[in-house]
Amino acid sequence: MKDKDPRLLVQPSPLLKQDMTTVQSMRDVIYALLPATLAAVWLFGLGALLVLVASILGAVFIEWVFSSPEQRSVRLLDASGVLTGLLLGLSLPPALPLWMAFLGGAVAIGLGKLIWGGLGQNLFNPALVGRAFLGATFPNAMTTWSAQASGEGFFRWYPSNLALPFMQPEYDAVSAATPLGLMKFEQQPTSLLDLMLGNTAGCLGETSGLLLLAGGVFLLLRRDIDWRIPAGILLSVALLSSIVYAIDSARFPDPLFAVFSGGLLLGAFYMATDPVTSPLTPRGVWIFAIGVGLLVVLIRLFGGFPEGVMYAILLMNAATPLIDRFIQPRLFGRQ
Amino acid sequence: MLALSKLFKRSFSHGIHPYEYKDQTAGLHTQRMPFVNRYILPVHQHLGAPSKPVVEVGQRVGRGQLIAEPAAFVSSSLHSPVTGWVRAIGRRRFPGGRYEQAIEIEADPYATQRLDVDRPPNWRGLSLEDFVSVMQQTGIVGLGGASLPAHVKYSLREGIKIKYLIANGAECEPYLTNDHRVMVERPDALLRGIEILHTLLGAEESIIGIELNKPDAIEALRACIPPDRPYRVAPLRVKYPQGDSKMMIKSLLNIEVPTGLHAADLGIIMNNVSTIAAIADYFDSGLPYIDRMVTVSGPGIEYPANLIVPLGTPVREVLRFCGGLKQGTKEVLMGGPMMGTPIASLDAPIIKASSGVLAFTAEETARPKEYPCIRCGRCVEACPYFLNPSKLARLAKARLFDQIKQANVMECVECGSCTYSCPSGIPIVQLIRSAKSDIRSKKR
Repeated sequence: MKDKDPRLLVQPSPLLKQDMTTVQSMRDVIYALLPATLAAVWLFGLGALLVLVASILGAVFIEWVFSSPEQRSVRLLDASGVLTGLLLGLSLPPALPLWMAFLGGAVAIGLGKLIWGGLGQNLFNPALVGRAFLGATFPNAMTTWSAQASGEGFFRWYPSNLALPFMQPEYDAVSAATPLGLMKFEQQPTSLLDLMLGNTAGCLGETSGLLLLAGGVFLLLRRDIDWRIPAGILLSVALLSSIVYAIDSARFPDPLFAVFSGGLLLGAFYMATDPVTSPLTPRGVWIFAIGVGLLVVLIRLFGGFPEGVMYAILLMNAATPLIDRFIQPRLFGRQ
Repeated sequence: MLALSKLFKRSFSHGIHPYEYKDQTAGLHTQRMPFVNRYILPVHQHLGAPSKPVVEVGQRVGRGQLIAEPAAFVSSSLHSPVTGWVRAIGRRRFPGGRYEQAIEIEADPYATQRLDVDRPPNWRGLSLEDFVSVMQQTGIVGLGGASLPAHVKYSLREGIKIKYLIANGAECEPYLTNDHRVMVERPDALLRGIEILHTLLGAEESIIGIELNKPDAIEALRACIPPDRPYRVAPLRVKYPQGDSKMMIKSLLNIEVPTGLHAADLGIIMNNVSTIAAIADYFDSGLPYIDRMVTVSGPGIEYPANLIVPLGTPVREVLRFCGGLKQGTKEVLMGGPMMGTPIASLDAPIIKASSGVLAFTAEETARPKEYPCIRCGRCVEACPYFLNPSKLARLAKARLFDQIKQANVMECVECGSCTYSCPSGIPIVQLIRSAKSDIRSKKR
């Protein structure tokens, strides 16, 4: 008598696998950004929500257009388009005309990701490519910061949000300067409490330091991001700022202000940590992170703009292949 | 106490922490698998040259009788696991799926199956050279996975002085508990084996390395060590691949064995605990290597067990003894889940390297959808040999063999930590394996 054998798979080992997947870690980043996103909408009103939606739609739309039907289901579900659109939206001013936000999202995915060959192939952080494009194309709109909507309630938008494409947007009178702008051009500091709670003008996502930190801690606990990147960036910025603060405390901001103002937290936890555009090996990652911190401080101190996080990350993105070429792990048993 | 020392234990760097799945069988006492009708004994179950059959079809053989002799120095002997008749010498299924030359033996159902061997020599009177040739006659091979004939390690190069003898009881592969059971049930045999090797090799110290998840084995061995001997038990952190020989040497002695050298070149001899117990068994009763410990486990097995199985028993019979495969079993592996070989047909026999027979269902065998590499570096931080698996996988996919050789692909021990840790579901170690075999076949 013979048992009937089941049909057996012949699939090579290992059969065990850890739980984290690429898609899950991208979703985690979106979840981590949700508190700061909700805060931005609360602080700046409905207009902010429209900007975010426009930028996400731009990103997802261009991904849909330039993917074959088979790729579409994969690419749209892997959430990287939504994440890029969200990150870009959070780095935009709240009163930006919606069509610009949409165009920025489209450029972020189109020129930032798809043209390189899709997920995993791009050299630069897609969201920052989109932002750099907008900054170069619409310098005025990208540097007009609106005061917060406090008092006027949630159902408010900025008239400029609804500007028609290629028309000069109209701004209402209430515009304000960002904490970094105030510091750079008027030597006027902002209190740490305001920075932490988001009681300042600025990009949508860079105002509430506390919520950005909380999301970053969530990502670190879930091991979605490499802890060395935020640690390296924040520590090097704090250290260099302390040095210049010690030299001239009237002109230069103190290190805590340097860390909590501008887009540094957003950049350090959510943008520089993009694994695709950061080095592979731990030693390479340290070089990358410290490089970003150094460039941030240099651009803030000596550059024409008050903020330098975007260019710092993009420049270190460009250096990543070189870092990876020279910094390889040392083979076990070879000194 | 154990929990506290866990924090401070030195270990190799990198590696992974897969769930252990050992509780199914860790507490089960070893059973002996009954004799079955037919045995299939491939003549090439070890590294090196295949053994040469010394029996003819139709010939009667006794249990323990030599049926194939070593064909070269790096080759081993093969003995009949039963009293019976040689029924065929021809090509039979090997666990990996290929057909290999094998000797088929039919058991005599009326035989007593008493061991039919000569008295073993007294090991105390042996020189190291004699010991090496005796070892080759026993058919004992390294039972940790590579199946290097055991005697090869003991024939030392000129001028090498052995300092450490290491008994490897890490058993870091999930599911497997056969080494664990040897240490718990037969600590005396393991220590007799250590005594033999320690004395003949002239070692200064003997260390038994055991992962901390086997506290009962650690205790059993500590209780057995004679106080006047330089033997000690070293608890190790639970981490995969702690049982890799170079990783264990790093963990125990903080020595990195240089690339291209063997542990023996540094005066270190390492053997699996089961290998050492088998050596002791030979010198106790003259038992050649004809049975082995097999852990039968996994979610597809009805009654998991630790079994002593005669070599050559078809996997089908082993599974039947354990209640058969459960409905929905998709894959049967020989060995552990990280480095084992899939079995193409249940006709394949248990061989000297079969530490486990594991059955898996759809849940474990489902391959995750593969995404592009996002260069997250998890594989780099998992690889215990400090390779760059991400780069190796990319080069292997592009079939750039010169570049992949320059990236030290041949140093990979195929532990699978990279595939385990990849969030994009890329079969990294599988790509590396096939690139390595392509490089090897080009060399020929």
